[in-house]
Amino acid sequence: MTHVPYLIAGWGISLVVIALYAASVMRRSKRLAALVPVDRRRWMTGGDADVIGES
Amino acid sequence: MTIDSPGTNTESMAMSADTAGVAGVTRSRTTTILGAVVLAGAALWLFLAFGATDPDVRIVDGNEIGQFDAVRLMYVHVPAAITAYLAFFVTSVGSAMVLFKKSVWWDLVAGSSAEIGAVSAALALITGSIWGKPIWNTWWEWGDVRLLTTLVLFMMSLGYLAVRRLEGTAEERAKRSAIVGLLLIFNVILVNRSVEWWADSTIHQQSTIADAKIEDLKAFTLYYSILLGAAAYAWMLIHRFRLAWLERQYDRFGIDDAIVRRRAEGHTHSEGISS
Repeated sequence: MTHVPYLIAGWGISLVVIALYAASVMRRSKRLAALVPVDRRRWMTGGDADVIGES
Repeated sequence: MTIDSPGTNTESMAMSADTAGVAGVTRSRTTTILGAVVLAGAALWLFLAFGATDPDVRIVDGNEIGQFDAVRLMYVHVPAAITAYLAFFVTSVGSAMVLFKKSVWWDLVAGSSAEIGAVSAALALITGSIWGKPIWNTWWEWGDVRLLTTLVLFMMSLGYLAVRRLEGTAEERAKRSAIVGLLLIFNVILVNRSVEWWADSTIHQQSTIADAKIEDLKAFTLYYSILLGAAAYAWMLIHRFRLAWLERQYDRFGIDDAIVRRRAEGHTHSEGISS
């Protein structure tokens, strides 16, 4: 196989960045979820207005 | 104070309800199934890219020419770029809906999609640069119109995300960011068409897909990679949207709830000391 260092760099960086980004979203969600009441954590059950500026 | 006093049970239930299920708060049956499909699909993606497809080798006048194994970078670079296009398209649609309907849902979708788009655009730039070195013998060309417009698109997406964090009322912030978000789609068109409109100002090849430059298993693997990128984007968007919703809820109610919780903690603590 040719160009192995380029393949490792290109594929490696991509897979690592995607995994780290996904983990960061999960971590931030977990941290924030602990600070938000259970009934307000999801869009479907949040009971919020759908228009910006209205509560 | 005894363990089974009604007050203690009520308080402990309220406290445990706050932290219960936080680990999988953005997870649902849809995301679990979609995530499993994406993971299984990624295994097939790796097999197709490295095990099933051949390197790019052509014989011309008895000499071997082509990209050889470097062509395998195509299966990660092209999906990254197209996922970025898709993400910014959704951001622009969401921005239009914010301007016309003042929709909270679309505002959160637009912001979530832009963040994923920024990550995808960064990956497209990085993998493109890594692919360019062995093929074009350069990491970067400042005069290249495709590279430059892609960099501008990436910088614009960061600008959009920064504008979303500016001070102001919810309406002001949504309107400002929606205007920037709408501009992203024009830049996507510019990036995509740049190799056709300014063909003399780029070393980047023209569209591999539109011009059908590859065939058979290589073409299938490329299309499959793009489809997998779109599925991964959908999975990530749902999770990121749910995080955006939590951020919004925390901004609106988090401080009040934190004060109530802290008071409850103080109350429980003082009762514990007195007992």
